[in-house]
Amino acid sequence: MSVSGPADLGHADLDRVFREEHGRVVATLTRRLGDIDVAEEAAQEAYLIAVQRWPESGPPPNPGAWLTTTAYNRAIDRIRRESTRDSRQAQAAMINDTSDDAGDPISSVVDDRLRLMFTCCHPALATSAQVALTLRLLGGLSVAEIAGAFLVDEAAMAKRLTRSKQKIKAARIPYRVPSDAELPGRLRGVLATLFLVFNEGYLPSAPTGAAAENRGAPTEPGDSAQAGAEQDAIRTDLCAEAIRLTRILATLMPDEPEVLGLLALMLLTDARRPSRVSGGSLVALADQDRSRWDQDLIAEGHDIVRGCLRRGRPGRYQILAAINAVHTDAASVQQTDWRQVVTLYDQLLAVDPSPIVALNRAIAIAEVDGPNAALEILDALPLEGYHAYQATRADLLRRAGRTEAAVSAYQRALDLAGNAAERAFLRGRLDDLGAGPVPSG
Amino acid sequence: MAQYLLSVHGSDTDEMPDDVQEMYAAVDSFNKEVQASGSWVFAGGLNPASTATVVDGTGNGDPVITDGPYLESKEHLGGFWIVDVPDLDAALELARRGSAACRAPVEVRPFQPEPDA
Repeated sequence: MSVSGPADLGHADLDRVFREEHGRVVATLTRRLGDIDVAEEAAQEAYLIAVQRWPESGPPPNPGAWLTTTAYNRAIDRIRRESTRDSRQAQAAMINDTSDDAGDPISSVVDDRLRLMFTCCHPALATSAQVALTLRLLGGLSVAEIAGAFLVDEAAMAKRLTRSKQKIKAARIPYRVPSDAELPGRLRGVLATLFLVFNEGYLPSAPTGAAAENRGAPTEPGDSAQAGAEQDAIRTDLCAEAIRLTRILATLMPDEPEVLGLLALMLLTDARRPSRVSGGSLVALADQDRSRWDQDLIAEGHDIVRGCLRRGRPGRYQILAAINAVHTDAASVQQTDWRQVVTLYDQLLAVDPSPIVALNRAIAIAEVDGPNAALEILDALPLEGYHAYQATRADLLRRAGRTEAAVSAYQRALDLAGNAAERAFLRGRLDDLGAGPVPSG
Repeated sequence: MAQYLLSVHGSDTDEMPDDVQEMYAAVDSFNKEVQASGSWVFAGGLNPASTATVVDGTGNGDPVITDGPYLESKEHLGGFWIVDVPDLDAALELARRGSAACRAPVEVRPFQPEPDA
């Protein structure tokens, strides 16, 4: 071997490079060609050429630029070929849709990925479609990967993506960064989508490894662990992907404190991942091994939160990040500044007066004023059918010494919870209280 | 530019509100704004769905004529605008204002582009 290139660039590396550059390539081509499908196909073609050439010639100095140029040339070739064969209509449609830069005063400095984010997260698209489009086009995940992450059949996911792209085209969802007047609302939509991706990775809503939970018969631990690990791997990818995309957004919109707030929130949440699940069961914050928390992520998250505080333009994600900063700053639950947490939840309630926020605030109240004060708050919340409400209520009742009521609340939570690790945690609590889980249904 | 159908959906059997004249005035002034902006193609309000007739001419023999709307529903198409605007965001903005004026939800649906002549 005379060159080091081929040895250095394995297939996995190429996949990684391609995935990292996918958003940029598709975004640029979508602007230049006015069609997401054409952009996607061209990006795929460029990838196939790279797979052939790079292992021999070594990767180009700027793989992203190379992929974009190659994809663009391929797309132009294809359009020329097809326009001589097909009707003039196809050609006209392609050229007409080229984004109108004149109407977009900041277009020359705007990264095309930002446009693509706002298009993928347009409120005229269903939330599930926004998530799928964002992961496919910006994240470069394959349809199979997205389908796997959301436990959806691959054909169904492909259909969802196709339908969404058809709507973008037919309804003319614009390809631009919204005007200042629209921006706050539209940015909230983008942040909500990214947060949804993160949360789906952090605490999957659907029952994972449900097949192994064969009630009555003893389960095969090996099988369930394996299925769980596989599932977890995919889910962890979603967290990493959400963080990666939020980092990109933070680079593209450095003056939006809520973007930074969301990034800090994700980092400070992700930092606790190593201690969050043990033996397939969720571990309560009080019982987590804090020495296993990722100190680099915590340091970065704290840094961002301090920067947000200096800006003095608080919002939902910044406050949530600040709450997580208080938690990750404490050596133990006892040493946590719970009064500060309550104050932050008061601020959060002011901007987001939802029962879920009130529920989380009650958890902090319990640390300051005791479980009975928190139970009083919970009694007024309309969340009986929400698993986290029942789990919180159960924990407060347990701490208040009302064992019987606690057992029935844990049972209720167990009936409502879909996540395997959470269910394992709840079963453990029931065991601790001397009450085995009663099969429901 | 692209054309969109902005259709108004709601119950047409509910009693008219006391301030119905205010509503008519709001719709009227919205119509004038759309006309002035150059986005106006066509618009109209419909009589109640109970006045509708369905004709099915898909069979070989005589068409089947049925009294009443095609879909039995509590809510029906009550009126519509057809507008010509640059993109969906512009159409959604008109729909927002139209919905506020006529006090009913508005569905926005793009027309297929006209084939090249």
